[in-house]
Amino acid sequence: MNPRRFPFTREISLAVMAYLYVPVVVLIAYSFNANRTATIWTHASVSWYGRILENPSIQAAAWNSLVLAVCAATAATLLALLAALSTRRDFLGRGAAETVLNMPLILPEIVVAVATLLLFVALGVHLGLTAMMAAHTAFCIPFAYLPIRARLDGMSGTYEEAAQDLYASRFRTFRRVTMPMLWPGVMAGFTLAFVTSLDDFLTSFFLSGPGTTTLPVYIFSAIRSGISPEINAISAVMLVVSVLLVALSFFLGRLRR
Amino acid sequence: MTDASVPPAVSIRNVSKSFGKGIYTVPVLDDVSLNIDRREFFTLLGPSGCGKTTLLRLIAGFETANAGTIAIEGQDVTAAPPFHRPVNTVFQSYALFPHLTVEQNVAFALVEQGLAREAIRTRVGEALEMVRMGAFARRRPAELSGGQQQRVALARALAPRPRVLLLDEPLSALDLKLRKEMQLELKQLQAEAGITFLFVTHDQEEALTLSDRVAVMQAGKILQMGPPREIYERPTHRFVADFIGDINLLEGEALPGGGVRLGPGAVVPLTCATPGKVTIAIRPERARLATVGEGTLDATVIHSAYLGTAMLHKLGLPDGSTFLLRQSESSGPPPETGSRVGLTLPGEAIRVLLQ
Amino acid sequence: MMHNPTLRRASLLTPAIAVILLLIGVPLCLMGWISLLGKGTSSGVDWASLPSVANYVRLVWEEDFDGTMILNSSYLVIFLRSVVLAAVTTIFSLLLGLPVALWMAGLSRTGRDAMLLLITIPFWTNLLVRNYAWLIILREDGWVAKSVNAISPFGPVQLLYNDTAVAIGLTYSFLPFMILPLYTVFEKFDWRLLEAAYDLGATRKRALRRVLLPIATPGIMAGSLLVFIPCLGAFVTPALLGGGKTLMLGNIIQMQFGASRNWPFGASLSVILLAAMLIVMTAMALLRNRRTA
Repeated sequence: MNPRRFPFTREISLAVMAYLYVPVVVLIAYSFNANRTATIWTHASVSWYGRILENPSIQAAAWNSLVLAVCAATAATLLALLAALSTRRDFLGRGAAETVLNMPLILPEIVVAVATLLLFVALGVHLGLTAMMAAHTAFCIPFAYLPIRARLDGMSGTYEEAAQDLYASRFRTFRRVTMPMLWPGVMAGFTLAFVTSLDDFLTSFFLSGPGTTTLPVYIFSAIRSGISPEINAISAVMLVVSVLLVALSFFLGRLRR
Repeated sequence: MTDASVPPAVSIRNVSKSFGKGIYTVPVLDDVSLNIDRREFFTLLGPSGCGKTTLLRLIAGFETANAGTIAIEGQDVTAAPPFHRPVNTVFQSYALFPHLTVEQNVAFALVEQGLAREAIRTRVGEALEMVRMGAFARRRPAELSGGQQQRVALARALAPRPRVLLLDEPLSALDLKLRKEMQLELKQLQAEAGITFLFVTHDQEEALTLSDRVAVMQAGKILQMGPPREIYERPTHRFVADFIGDINLLEGEALPGGGVRLGPGAVVPLTCATPGKVTIAIRPERARLATVGEGTLDATVIHSAYLGTAMLHKLGLPDGSTFLLRQSESSGPPPETGSRVGLTLPGEAIRVLLQ
Repeated sequence: MMHNPTLRRASLLTPAIAVILLLIGVPLCLMGWISLLGKGTSSGVDWASLPSVANYVRLVWEEDFDGTMILNSSYLVIFLRSVVLAAVTTIFSLLLGLPVALWMAGLSRTGRDAMLLLITIPFWTNLLVRNYAWLIILREDGWVAKSVNAISPFGPVQLLYNDTAVAIGLTYSFLPFMILPLYTVFEKFDWRLLEAAYDLGATRKRALRRVLLPIATPGIMAGSLLVFIPCLGAFVTPALLGGGKTLMLGNIIQMQFGASRNWPFGASLSVILLAAMLIVMTAMALLRNRRTA
C-alpha cells in the first residue's frame, strides 16, 4: 500500500477545487448572459462587454486602477529589490528588518487603511491618486520582496565570485551576473505587486477622492446598488487579468532554476 | 629549476586565516608559507577542513588573510580584489553563468579586459578548441553534461591567459571513468598552455598522478611538500604516511646503541636521533616474505586476496596487530592461509615518522 | 561605490523600511492617539480634546438619558460574532484543507505544481469579485435558492444575508491560506516514517494520528493564524454576503469613517481589533514554545 495515499482525500480535494472554482465559472458564464436581470439565463451574448467598453466611468476607473498599479508596483519592486540585496547575508538586525518588511502582510488591511486615512487627514494630504499610490507602494513591498528574496536565496554566491575572478568589478558583476540571474524574480515580484495593487479594494475605498475611483471601488458601489450584467462583465475581466498575471509570475519564478 | 632572478609564480609568506569573531574564532590556516614555481603543476592535498580550499580562495582574492603576504609573479596582491589579480579559478561547481551561452561564458573575462570583438572571437574559438568544445559554442550550460561543463569551465578560466590557474577540486563531481580521462587532459592542457596550475584535491591518487609537487596539509598547516615520489616513499609524518596509499605503521623503541626494537628479538637496523618510542612505516610492497625464523618477525597469514598482478596478504603479528604485504607474482608461490611465515623488513624501506 | 558593507547595506535597506514605517507604523501610532480623542464637528476628530478612554468605555457601557451607565451589548455582540465566525471559518478551513494538502503531497511533481498554481490563483484574484460570485449563486431568485426551497421541509429558506452565508464566503476567501502552509509541511515530510509506523503495527488511522498529525502541527498553527487574523478583520465578505444584518468588526469600523463620522471611535475599534489579533498571535507563539520546550 502506498503510504502517501489516504482514503477520501482525493474526493474531498476534488470537492474543494469545485468549491473554489465553480463560483468563478458561474460568474464568467453569467457575464455572457443576454438577459438584463443578470440571473435568469436566456442566451449567450457579449453585449455586456461592449456596454462596459462604452461606459466612461468604468473607463476612467480602469485607467486609474492601471496607473495606480503600474506606479505602486514599480516603486514597491525597486524598494524591495534594494532591500532584498541588502538582507542577503545575515547581520545583526536582519530579523527585525524582515519583520518590518513583512508587516503589511500580517496586519488587517482595514486597520492599516483607516490608520493611513487618519495620517493623511491629519497632515492635510489631499486624498486621491497620489495618496493611494503612496499607500499601495507600502503594502505592495512584501509581495515584491518575497519572490526576489526567494530567487536570491536560491542563487549561489559562487556566480558572483566567478565573475569577479574573471575581472568584473563589483558594479560590472552586478550588471552582468547578479541582475540577469535575478531578473525572473524581479519580474515575478513586480507582477505580484501589480496584481495586489490592481485588486485592492479597502485601501482605495478609504483613500480615493472624488473622481479618482478605482475599478474595485466602482464595482463595490455598483454591487451596493444591485446586481447587474455590467458588473458580471467587469468582474469577469478582472478575474481573467489577475489569473493571467499570477500564472505569468508563477512561471517567471520557476524560470531556469 | 628555481632561478633566483625570476620571482616564483605564487609566493605565500606566513599567511594565517581564521573565521569568526571573539571566542567563536576558528583558525583555518596557521602560518603557511610556500613558493610555486612557474609552469609547475602544484597540488594542495588534504582531507576536508584542512584549509586547502581557504588557501586557494586567499590566492584568488575571495578571502582576506589575517596575516602574511601573497605575491603573484613578484607582485604583491595581498589586498587586491579578485578582479585585479592575474589568476583565474575553475570552481568545484563550475559556476558557469546559466543565463549565458558557452561562447558568452568563455568571452566573459575577455569583455572585461576590453578586447576588440574580433580578438574575443578568435580567443574564444581557440579556448573552446583546446578543450574540444567548439561544436557546443551556442549551447547553454544546462544543456551540457557534467564533463562538458567541466571543459567549458576550463576554457573560460584559460581564455584570459592567467598567470596561475586555480583549480578547486574540479574533478570531484565526475564519475570515476570520466575523472581518469579528465586527469590526462588536464595534464596535457597544462603542458600546452604553459601556465602554472594550482590544484586542490582530497584524492591522493589524483594528486600523485598529476602533480610536479604536492603539499600535504592538515589542520591549517603544511606537513610535507615535495615531488609525489618523495611524498610517497619518504613520508615524514605519521599523518602523511597514513593519508597516502596503504602503509603499515609499527610501534617500536629506538635503542641507545642503534636499531629499533619492534618486539622480543625483532630489531631492525635503523639509527634514530634520540632513543625512546618511535613509529616506523613500511609500504606493503616493500616488505618481503621469508622462511619462519629467518625474517625480522614471524607472522601468521590471516587472509589473502588476489589483485591480478600481485597478492595482498593480511598477516597477524605477535603483538596482535595486522600487517599488509603485497607479494608480486614473480616472487614465488603464495603461502597458505593459516600458515606461519617469516617477515623481512629491509632497512632502506623503513621510515621513522614524526607524530 | 561604497566599500563599507555596513554603510552600503544601510543605504539599500533604509528606503523600503522608511516607506513602511512612515506609511504603516506611524499611522498606527497616530491611530492609537486619536482613539483617545473626541469626535470633531467638521473633520471627524476634535484635535483639541483632552485624551480619555471614553471611546473604549463606550464599547461596553452607554450613558442612559439620566446619566447612569448601562450595559450596551450591541458592540460586544458584534465583537463576539467576529471571533466566532473567524473561529468557525478556521475550523472549516482546517477540515477541508488537511485532506487537500495531504492529497497534493502524494501527487507527482507535475501534479503538485499544477495544484499549487490552482490553489494560489484564487488567493491573488479579487476578493470582492469572488464574493460577488457567491452573491449571484445564493441570491433569492437564483436556481440554487429555488432548488433548495423546493426540497426544504421547513418552508422557504433565506440563503443570503445570514451568518452561514458569511461563513461560506469567509471559508471560500481564506481557504488557500490554510492549504499552503499545510502542504509545505507535508511536502517535506519523510513518508518512510509512515511506512515505519505501519511496519510497527499501526493502522492507517492510528498512524495518521500518532505520526502525521504531530508533524503537521506547525503547519496547522501557521495556517490557522493566517485564516483567523484576516477573518477577524474581514470587511468585504460580511458587507456583501451579510447584507448589513450580519455585521463584523470591519463593518462597524468602516461605518465610523463613513456615515457615523466618528473617527476617534473608529480608531478605538481598530485598536481593539489589533489587540485581539496580537493576543491570538501571542497565544499561538506561547503554545508553539511550550510544544518545542
